Amino acid sequence: MQELFRPRDLSEALAILAARSEVRPAAGCTDLFPATAAPALQGAHIDLTALEELSGISRTPEGFRVGAATTWREAIEADLPPAFEMLKEAAREVGSPQIQNAGTIGGNLCNASPAADGVPCLLALDAQVELASAEGRRMLPLGKFITGPRQTALGPGELLVAVHVPGEAARGASRFLKLGARRYLVISIAMVAVRLVVEEGRVASAAVAVGACSPVARRLEAVEAALVGAEATPALAARVRAADVAAALSPIDDVRADAGYRLEAAAVLVRRAVSELVTHAGECAA
Amino acid sequence: MNRPAPAIGFSVNGQAVEVPTAPARRLSEVLRRALGLTGTKVGCDAGDCGACTVLVDGAPVCACLTPVAHVAGRAVETVEGLAAGGEMSRLQEAFLAHGAAQCGICTPGMLMAAAALLRQNHRPDRAAVEEALSGVLCRCTGYAAIIDAVLDAVGNGPAARAPDLGRGGVVGRPLPRLDGAPKVLGTECYGADHLPEGTLEVRAIRSPHAAARFALGDIGAWLKAQREGLMVFTAADIPGENRFGTIPAYADQPALAEGRVRFRGEAVALVAGPAEAIEAADLAAFPVAWEPEAALLSPDEAEAVGAPLLHPGRAGNIVAAGRVCCGDAEVALAQAAHVVEGAVETAFVEHAYIEPEAGVAWMEGETLVIRASTQSPVMDRDDTARVLGLAPERVRVVPCATGGGFGAKLDLSVQPLIGLVALKTGRPARMVWTRPESMAASTKRHPARMRARVGCDGEGRLVGMEFDGVFDTGAYASWGPTVAVRVPVHASGPYRIPNYHATGRGVHTNNPVSGAFRGFGVPQAAILQETLFDRLADAAGIDRLEFRLRNALREGDATVCGQRPGGVGIAACLEALAPRWRAGLAEAEAWNASGGAIRRGVGVASCWYGCGNTAIANPATIRIGITREGRVRLHQGAADIGQGADTVITQIAADALGLPLEAIERVGYDTALTPDCGKTSGSRQTFITGNAALRAGRALRARILALSNAGAEARIAIEPGRILVSEGAVRREIRLADLAEDAQGYVLSAEESYDPPTTPLDENGQGAPYAVYGWGAQMAEVEVDMELGTVRVRRITAAHDVGRAINPLLARGQIEGGIAQGLGLALMEEYIPARTENLHDYLIPTTGDMPEIDTILIEVADPEGPFGAKGLGEHALIPTAPAILNAIRHASGAVLTRLPALPHRVLAAMRAGEAGR
Repeated sequence: MQELFRPRDLSEALAILAARSEVRPAAGCTDLFPATAAPALQGAHIDLTALEELSGISRTPEGFRVGAATTWREAIEADLPPAFEMLKEAAREVGSPQIQNAGTIGGNLCNASPAADGVPCLLALDAQVELASAEGRRMLPLGKFITGPRQTALGPGELLVAVHVPGEAARGASRFLKLGARRYLVISIAMVAVRLVVEEGRVASAAVAVGACSPVARRLEAVEAALVGAEATPALAARVRAADVAAALSPIDDVRADAGYRLEAAAVLVRRAVSELVTHAGECAA
Repeated sequence: MNRPAPAIGFSVNGQAVEVPTAPARRLSEVLRRALGLTGTKVGCDAGDCGACTVLVDGAPVCACLTPVAHVAGRAVETVEGLAAGGEMSRLQEAFLAHGAAQCGICTPGMLMAAAALLRQNHRPDRAAVEEALSGVLCRCTGYAAIIDAVLDAVGNGPAARAPDLGRGGVVGRPLPRLDGAPKVLGTECYGADHLPEGTLEVRAIRSPHAAARFALGDIGAWLKAQREGLMVFTAADIPGENRFGTIPAYADQPALAEGRVRFRGEAVALVAGPAEAIEAADLAAFPVAWEPEAALLSPDEAEAVGAPLLHPGRAGNIVAAGRVCCGDAEVALAQAAHVVEGAVETAFVEHAYIEPEAGVAWMEGETLVIRASTQSPVMDRDDTARVLGLAPERVRVVPCATGGGFGAKLDLSVQPLIGLVALKTGRPARMVWTRPESMAASTKRHPARMRARVGCDGEGRLVGMEFDGVFDTGAYASWGPTVAVRVPVHASGPYRIPNYHATGRGVHTNNPVSGAFRGFGVPQAAILQETLFDRLADAAGIDRLEFRLRNALREGDATVCGQRPGGVGIAACLEALAPRWRAGLAEAEAWNASGGAIRRGVGVASCWYGCGNTAIANPATIRIGITREGRVRLHQGAADIGQGADTVITQIAADALGLPLEAIERVGYDTALTPDCGKTSGSRQTFITGNAALRAGRALRARILALSNAGAEARIAIEPGRILVSEGAVRREIRLADLAEDAQGYVLSAEESYDPPTTPLDENGQGAPYAVYGWGAQMAEVEVDMELGTVRVRRITAAHDVGRAINPLLARGQIEGGIAQGLGLALMEEYIPARTENLHDYLIPTTGDMPEIDTILIEVADPEGPFGAKGLGEHALIPTAPAILNAIRHASGAVLTRLPALPHRVLAAMRAGEAGR
């Protein structure tokens, strides 16, 4: 049985989801199609790409709102402050231009792969997710939304409609680094997202997140604490201690790399991201 | 459920269409099947290969990942729309001129991705092109020609890619491939593109276990639960001998397993039916009772005392062993001034052609016709006939384009399966393997576990070498015996080694079938041999290039088989690298002096490779005929899988005849129309089929000259109905209508064969196993990240002695493509059954992974080759991996003993190297 609903507005979509618990949301389909060998999506799906409320990036009084069905291409092309640079860098590393034209930020979060490129960046932007169902709406910190590999806090009939970045987190400059065994079209061995706010030559706030090194991408709070207050000089990167990185992560051995390597690589990448940011310290200013 | 699907409207290449279709269908399916636009290719159905790239409102997307509902009301563009009014676009012309299409299966996707870029950016630079094409995988070209073509199309790159080495005729000229236009127009017909009316789709039920007994359950009951029209075929339906194999004496693989499976992915039954019924079929519920058995997953386990035998009569699970000995290696090594030893382990490597196995079979009267992608039409015919209990004449293999082969399409895949269904039902039967199915069921490069010792005297002259290689040949023989025999012959590299002892053996396991993959084990052996040579050169305190030159075979030298080949070009290749070698060393030293996490290194490695079968017959036959109307037809049976045989053989025939290229019509491989040219493997077509073409061309020319009493230097021109022969001021005319027509419709024709002169190897591997060898050397310049273990190859300089470059453009394409595969072998490719059966876990190089490549074509004429030509296809990949590994060691000290050199392995090897110092 193949069914594809194409609602025109969110309330219609939520009504379908409320009535039919087996209906799965579909947006860019870049994760759904690879999961089947069939010539069509199997089962019932609801296509979210025509929903106004889920599309595009906008400013809100509180900060920024990223519609769940915003494509990576749209994120790359959006006019956003330097704090989002890491998200754009990640967007350029998602699959290929073809994937970036179809795949969505919301889909990346809901697919909940440990190696999802968008997650570390949005964690480092203190993102909240907005969930809607026929019952109403709720907000959750991104860190609480993804609960495990391929697992989210989405309830029955619930849809991810947007990602919100608070204005306070949209400050500073940011950098995303991805490590893989080839240049393009690659699943990460490790990736890091770092955002630094520098005020009067010192780190006023730091957000550091690592992906592909734990079941869910993690913020590295001990590393952040070691950076805050320090002078934004090339020596800053030395404050990133391997032990602090390792303490927050729990990588596995797989075909791409072993766990020990991932821990080392994560620390190297965090140091490099920090170092590159302080070299251009002017851009980190709030 | 049976309501007709509502129509979805959109435009395709400017034309409005309304397609009744389920909205969640892949756009690729709708384009190919409902609209017949088969120019859009499907390589993976997962967004990993980009072959299906189309534009939606100008933006490139993978059609396989796009539900057709998403394009409602939008504009879709496919490759068929690029040639406005049938005129090739500038981009397509550039692709053709640069040799950007080899097999051509990725070409539509590449063209569409490039077209999207060029609309946004009218003058992109190389980096922009690389990024724009990063989502389309190519396995043939190494991307260089493609990127050059895109840059040239906007006037931002070089117009010509290869030197013109012509000397009057067409041999030596860098001509675009003769079969290229359909590839860039998207009209080429590959295995999955031909859909006769009323075709049954065929699916295989495959084993999820590496080793198991099985019993088929109640198939009747399963069929009842499915839609009408489905049929099931099992081993019991096979009318002939249910075993095939590329080497008749070793044929051991059932087309459909009988009660026992020996590898994951082995087919046990077929389900056939109309497309809709097949699509709805619940294949997961197909009744098979599996009884898994302990699987032998490594040669160690398979050779252990008491291990069960995969095939009776193959003691120790050894399929075959090879041995080459001369002098006394043990004594020589004991007395050597310097000795190094080492071991290397390589992984299964997947061919990863972008076209999965596909084809269609149908009956024409009593004849079973098969149109499937292949490297070996006559072997396909004979093996399929045996399985189906038919005389070979009752099977006809007709051409379709092959979207990459690299060795794996020498073995049967879909042929006996679709043949069985067509034969049993009388209806056309079609099978297109999915990507995971292709990866599980096709052959692989043999994983190797090798040890060697090598020693030299105080002046750096090699005195002795010992080598032993164990090759995991998997569940069935395929080309395992060839690897076992070829490796000991080649493991010396192209060097003088007076005392040599090399052994190799293929061992059966319950792993995937290992078969032929560009080089038949030689690339693996070269990795160990060439990396050991670097260490030996260091031990002797001699520059690594100089060490190789000092030991390179020279004209008149004996190989380790005691053969003295002609046209030895290895020294010329190494010498050609010398200027870049010195510059590269100096640049790396200067870079490294400044410190930092990125260190540079340079490495060099050589190759040699015997062309054709090892010490056994492998003839080719070419026929050329002239019709009464004055048409010259070349019956060319060598399968062109992208390497260029169609073009090269035609160039040779044209010069042999003394006619312009345009005068010759090609009759492509068709077992009913073309004599046997043998298989496309062993880098043999240019040399062997080329020689047949040379002989046939010269024979036909001689007949024409004799008819007109003209001398050897006379000029021949062909016109409608007549041949004009002119010699100085004397002109003679042969009126073709006056001549009698033969049974094939020719008034003049010649058919000639060529079989390379070789001698069998004795028990010590002494003899003349090949009539022609090709030679080459490559130099890699790399950067190693000392903190992350990542490697970036910056530049490869490749010098290959091809004897005579029949077509420099195609030769260069072979070299660049070989380098890409060698780079993948070195740095990223590792097939793990059940774990990497897709193109995102199994990695092959993308546009961004390829270095700048400088190709140097060397022409040391071979006395046996046509116009002096030697083979090239496999050679190009052999030196790449060891050159890269040698450069990694030079940069970082890391000695890799396990491939691929993934970042974590490089980092670990670096640490081990430091610890060892």
